[in-house]
Amino acid sequence: MAIKDYIRERFFPHMWCPGCGHGIVLNGMLRAIEVLGLNKNDIVMVSGIGCSSRISGYVDFHTLHTIHGRALAFATGVKMSRPELNLIVPMGDGDALAIGGNHFIHAARRNIDLTAIVMNNRIYGMTGGQYSPLSGYGVSATTAPYSNIDQSFDIVELARAAGATFVARTTTYHVQELSNLIQQAIVHKGFSVVEVMSQCPTYFGRKNKEGGPADMLKRMKDMTTPIGSKAKQSHTELIERGIFVQKILPEYCSEYAGIIERAMKGH
Amino acid sequence: MGKSKLIKHIINRDWCKGCGICVEFCPQNVLELDEQDKVRTTRPESCIGCKLCELRCPDLAIEIHIKE
Ligand SMILES: Cc1ncc(C[n+]2csc(CCOP(=O)(O)OP(=O)(O)O)c2C)c(N)n1
Ligand code: SF4
Ligand code: SF4
Ligand code: SF4
Repeated sequence: MAIKDYIRERFFPHMWCPGCGHGIVLNGMLRAIEVLGLNKNDIVMVSGIGCSSRISGYVDFHTLHTIHGRALAFATGVKMSRPELNLIVPMGDGDALAIGGNHFIHAARRNIDLTAIVMNNRIYGMTGGQYSPLSGYGVSATTAPYSNIDQSFDIVELARAAGATFVARTTTYHVQELSNLIQQAIVHKGFSVVEVMSQCPTYFGRKNKEGGPADMLKRMKDMTTPIGSKAKQSHTELIERGIFVQKILPEYCSEYAGIIERAMKGH
Repeated sequence: MGKSKLIKHIINRDWCKGCGICVEFCPQNVLELDEQDKVRTTRPESCIGCKLCELRCPDLAIEIHIKE
């Protein structure tokens, strides 16, 4: 199927600003699904609230546009009742890790078979550029006009520590890698997290004088490196991309099916 | 003689928002923005069909069709 067959064309052009990274995540995700050849009826996309969360409106799968921070909770409910479906949960960094932080760590701890995609633009785009737990020290935001004093989470380390069994990171510059990692995350049985470093030219870019969308993409190319590269040894500040965790552990819905079986036997 | 490829650029002007991403990262300088800030091809004959423009477009506004 062509990727156009996976979208709701009637809602295009989409609402995202020119050059917004969220559109590149949509693009890469559609290609991943196309390569996997998934049936539209076997995919459920659940999102919360934010510019990023609007993604669910544009895809022609089963979609739920829920409430801020709670996408993983809704997705857990869907997956528990229909474990045979593929659940994809795209979230903004605020959505996933500020208001939704608790849902995030517990979904990871349970190792429930969901694919969480964190569209990390390091800011609250939808509400006007407030800092998020991913903005990082020294960044400018509407709510940090004299610069941010909060340290940021490292999504990869957080997801790993919480128990996610597939953890990867890429950027909107590295589009082939983006599509490839989302593919592997969907196929993985267990809780998968893909952090996609993304650009919000309208708020993050403007507040931090990072130039236009193309300049922001170039920065992402310059500030990252593949896991274990030589460059990382001499430039320790580089952020690594690739697959950090990929292991098989008991998956929550399968375990639950086992509980049902035991209960039916009466012991 | 090299293989000749027929490459077609399909641009959806209604969806293109003129962000300039495809223009900036095209390895062959094939694309530019017109006076209405919509993408157009200026040197289509130099296109190598790498599809990076299509893959990076946030608006799904450019497609590359290749006929061998
Ligand atoms: C319970 C609740 N609290 C706050 C809000 C307001 N709100 C809407 S989107 C958002 C944050 C958006 O940032 P992010 O999740 O990073 O996504 P982005 O818009 O950057 O893609 C906030 C705080 C809300 N809608 N619901
Ligand atoms: S405000 Fe930022 S995150 Fe929201 S659509 Fe615009 S560029 Fe994208
Ligand atoms: S990347 Fe897409 S939206 Fe941006 S200028 Fe090119 S075709 Fe237009
Ligand atoms: S396919 Fe490659 S060479 Fe051709 S216009 Fe697109 S980016 Fe440029």
